[in-house]
Amino acid sequence: MSATAPGAALLTTRGLSVRFGGVLAVNDVSFEVRRGEVFTLIGPNGAGKTTVFNLISRIYTPSAGSIVFDGVELTARPAHAIAALGIARTFQNIELFENATVLQNLLIGHHIHRGTGFWSNLFFTPATRRSELAARERAEEVIDLLDLQALRDSFVAGLPYGKRKVVELARALCAEPRLLLLDEPSSGLNVEETEDMAYWIQDIQGELGITVLMVEHDMSLVSRVSDRVLAMNQGEVLALGTPAEVQAHPGVVEAYLGSVDDVSSLRRKAP
Amino acid sequence: MAFVQLLISGIALGCIYALIALGFVLIYKATETVNFAQGELMMLGAFGALLLMKAAGWPFWAAAPLAVVGMMALGVGIERLVIRPILGQPQFTVVMLTIGIGYMARGLVTMVPEVGSDTNTLAVPYKDRVIDLGGAVVSVEQLAVIGATAVLCALLYAMFRYTKVGIAMQAASQNQLAAYYMGIPVRRLNGLVWGLSAGVAALAGLLLAPITFVHVNMGFIGLKAFPAAVVGGFGSLPGAIVGGLTIGLVEALAGFYLPEGFKDIAAYVVVLVMLVVRPHGLFGGNVRKKV
Amino acid sequence: MRYIFKTDYEQDIRIVKHGGQAFWYSALGLVLLVAPWWAGEYWLSQLSFVLVYSIAGLGLMVLAGFTGLASIGHAAFLGVGAYVEAYLSARGWPFPLSMALAAALSAAVGVVVGLPALRVKGIYLAIATLAFGFIVEEVLARWESVTKGNAGMTVAAPQLFGAELGSSEAFYFIALATCVGVTLGVINLMRSATGRAFIAIRDSEVSAQSMGIHLAGYKTLAFAVSAAVVGLAGALYAHKLRFISPDQFGILQSIDLLLLVVVGGVGSIHGAFLGAIFLITMPQLIALGKDWLPPAIGQASGLQAVVYGGVLMAFVLFEPMGLYGRWLKVRTWLQLFPFYRRGMFRRQKAFTKSERLK
Repeated sequence: MSATAPGAALLTTRGLSVRFGGVLAVNDVSFEVRRGEVFTLIGPNGAGKTTVFNLISRIYTPSAGSIVFDGVELTARPAHAIAALGIARTFQNIELFENATVLQNLLIGHHIHRGTGFWSNLFFTPATRRSELAARERAEEVIDLLDLQALRDSFVAGLPYGKRKVVELARALCAEPRLLLLDEPSSGLNVEETEDMAYWIQDIQGELGITVLMVEHDMSLVSRVSDRVLAMNQGEVLALGTPAEVQAHPGVVEAYLGSVDDVSSLRRKAP
Repeated sequence: MAFVQLLISGIALGCIYALIALGFVLIYKATETVNFAQGELMMLGAFGALLLMKAAGWPFWAAAPLAVVGMMALGVGIERLVIRPILGQPQFTVVMLTIGIGYMARGLVTMVPEVGSDTNTLAVPYKDRVIDLGGAVVSVEQLAVIGATAVLCALLYAMFRYTKVGIAMQAASQNQLAAYYMGIPVRRLNGLVWGLSAGVAALAGLLLAPITFVHVNMGFIGLKAFPAAVVGGFGSLPGAIVGGLTIGLVEALAGFYLPEGFKDIAAYVVVLVMLVVRPHGLFGGNVRKKV
Repeated sequence: MRYIFKTDYEQDIRIVKHGGQAFWYSALGLVLLVAPWWAGEYWLSQLSFVLVYSIAGLGLMVLAGFTGLASIGHAAFLGVGAYVEAYLSARGWPFPLSMALAAALSAAVGVVVGLPALRVKGIYLAIATLAFGFIVEEVLARWESVTKGNAGMTVAAPQLFGAELGSSEAFYFIALATCVGVTLGVINLMRSATGRAFIAIRDSEVSAQSMGIHLAGYKTLAFAVSAAVVGLAGALYAHKLRFISPDQFGILQSIDLLLLVVVGGVGSIHGAFLGAIFLITMPQLIALGKDWLPPAIGQASGLQAVVYGGVLMAFVLFEPMGLYGRWLKVRTWLQLFPFYRRGMFRRQKAFTKSERLK
C-alpha cells in the first residue's frame, strides 16, 4: 500500500453512472476525497447518495465510470475485497448481526485482520489464540472510544436505535480502515446523541487519522465537521466546495426548497 | 398414439402438481410462509370425501363439494390457531411448524377405524371409464383432472382480477402494512387464503384419488410440487401452473424413455437445473434487498 | 445470570467459563467414561445412539443453526458416510482411516450440494437440498455394484490393526471419542473468526460482505464441515445398525434431524445433545405409554407420528428456543430466585420484514 501524502486524493470517482432498469440513479458523478479530510455528500432524498456508497462498496456495479482508491481500481474487485483494501462502511438502515452480542459484532468487524484459516481455527492453535486476543484488544479500544462498555455482552436485537447506530460505527472502526463511509450517521438520533456523533467524527479524523466520507442531512452537523461538501440532486453533481459555499449555492437552495416562485405560493394569506 | 397417451397422463399428473403448487404459492404470496403440509391437506380432503361416502353413505356429487368446503374451514382454522401466533418468527421455524402439522395429520388419519391404515378406493362416478380420442384411448379420470384444473384456474383468475376480495389479497401480499392502512382486514384475509389453499388441495386430492387410491401416504406426492413451484418461480401463480405441468411432462417422458429410477428423481433434477440456469424460476422476479 | 468478573481477555476466549462449569462437565465426562460398567447392555446401546445422533445434530446445527442455511435433505450425508464406511470396512480398512475417508467424501458431496446456496437463499435453497436428498437416496439405491441397492448391505465391525472391535463397549468408546472430538472442533470453530463469519452470514449477508467475508467461500465451507460431521455420524450409524439400506436415509430421516435441531434449540451446541436425547427417548416413552391409551389410538401405526408432530408444533409455538432455551430459563429462575421476572427471555415481536421487492 502506497503511503498517500495528506491532502492527496485517496478516493477518486470519475464519470460514475449506474442505471437500474430505465432509471439513471447516478449520472456522471466525479469527485475526489482527499486523505485526512471529512467529505460529505448532501442532497434531497433520492439524490443517489447511498447509491454512490453502494457503488463504492461494490454492492452495485456501475454502468459507466471508475472508482480508484489509492491507486486500485475498485470496479474490478468483488464486494468482499473492499474491506481488505481499507474501506469500511455503515448502513443507512442498520445492518447489524441481530442474534449476536455487541462484542461479537465488533469482532466480526475485525475479520480481515484475522490472519488464520479454517484448520488453524478448528484446532485453536496458538496462532488463532493470538489472533483472537489481538481482535479482542482492538475491539476494546473502540469500545473505549465510543463508550460501549455497558453493552459489551448485550444482544443487538434488544438495543434501542440510538445505541445500534453507535455499534454500527464501532463495528466499522474495528476493521481499522483508512476510509470510513458513514451513511447518515445522525439519522434517528436526538440532539445529545448527535453531539456525541459530531465529537466522534472529529476524533476519528483527528486522533485516528481516518478519512471520512459521509452522507448526511443534518446541516448543522455537516457544517460543524465537514471540510468539503458535495451536493447532489437526481443523481447528478450540483455543487462542490466548503460547507458555507455549498449551502449558499442557488442550485442547492432550489433543490431543497424549490424555486422562489414556489415558495411564495405556499405562503398563507393573512387573515 | 402411445405418445399422445403419454402426453395426456403427463399433463394430468402435472395438473395435480400444479394444484398443490398453486396452494402453497397462494400462501407464500400472502404471508411469505411455506406450507409443507400441503400434501397432507390434499390427503385429508380425499379421506374426507371417502368417509362421507362410506360411513355416511352420501353420493359422490354431494360428498365431494362438502369435503372441499370442510377442508376450507379446516384451513381457516389452522391459520387462526396455529399460524397466526407465530407471525414474525423466522421462516425456518414456520416451515418446521407446518412439517409438524403434516406429521400430526398423517398420524391422526391412521387412527381412523377401518379406513385409516388401508389403501381405499374412492367411488367416483367416472371411474375406469375411457374415451376414444381419434385412436388414442384416454382415461376419463385424467381428462377430469385436466378439465377441473382449467376451470379452477379460470375461476381464480376471475376472482383475483374482478372481485374485491381478490384485489385485497393481492394488495396484502405485496405490502402488508399499506394494506392495513387502507382498511384491509389483513389477518382475516390470511385466514381466507389458507382456506382457499386448503380447498384447492382438497380438490387435488379428489382428482388424484382415482389414480393413486386414497391412503395415508398419498400426501408425499406433495413433495414433488415444491420443485414445481420453484421451477415456476415461487411467488407466481401462473408460474405454479406452468411449473407443475413441466414437472408432470418431464416425469412422464422420463418414465417412458429413461431407465428405471429416473422417473422418481426427474422432478428434482429439473429443479436443480433450473436453480443453476435461472435461480428465480421462470416467472419469479429478481429479489434483492435494498440497503 | 451469573456475573463473571473478567480481568483478562483469556476469560472471554476460554471454553470453560467458570469453576462451576468445569466441575459439572468433568463430572459428566467421568460418568460417560465409566458408562459400560454401570449402564448395562440396553442403556449402553441407547447411549451410543444418543452419541451418534448428537454428532449428526451438531453437523446440521453448524449449517442451519449457525450459518442459517436450512437443509431438508441432510440424511443424504448420513447415507454417504454410512455406505463409504460399510464399503471400506468390508475390505478391511482400519476404522480411523475409513471414517476419515467417509467424512472427506461426505464433505465433497456437501460442496456439490452447497453450490445452489451460492446463488439462492431461503426456501429455494431448502428445496434444492430436498432435491439433492432424493437424488442421493436414488443413487444409493441404483448403484448396486457398490451399495447392493435396495436389498441393503451388512456392515462389518470396526477394525484396527487386525483386531475386530465388534463389542458394544468398543463401539461406545469409539463413538464417545468421536463425539468429544467433534464437539471440541465445533466449539473451537464457533469461538474463532470462522464461526463468527458463519453467524455473520446468517444474520446479514450484505453486511458480512462489507466486513470482508467471502460469502461463497464460507457458505461452501459451512456445507463441507456440516456434511463431514454428519458423514462421521453416518459411519458410526452403519456400525451400530450392522445393516443399512437406502430407505433409512430418506426424507423421514432428514425431518428427524431437523426435529432434533428445533426441539434441542436452534443455534446452540447443547441443543444438538438435548435434541438427540429427545429423539432417542421419545419412542421409548411412546412404547411405555401405549398401554395406557385406548386401543384405537394406542395401536395405530401413526401414534409416533402424532406425538412427534405434536411435540414439534408445541415447541415451535411455545418454546422456540427449544429444550436448551427452556433449560436456560429454568437455570436463570433458580439463580435469580425470587427475582426472576417473567419477560426476561421474551423476544421482541418483530413484523416479518419482507425480503421480496415484487
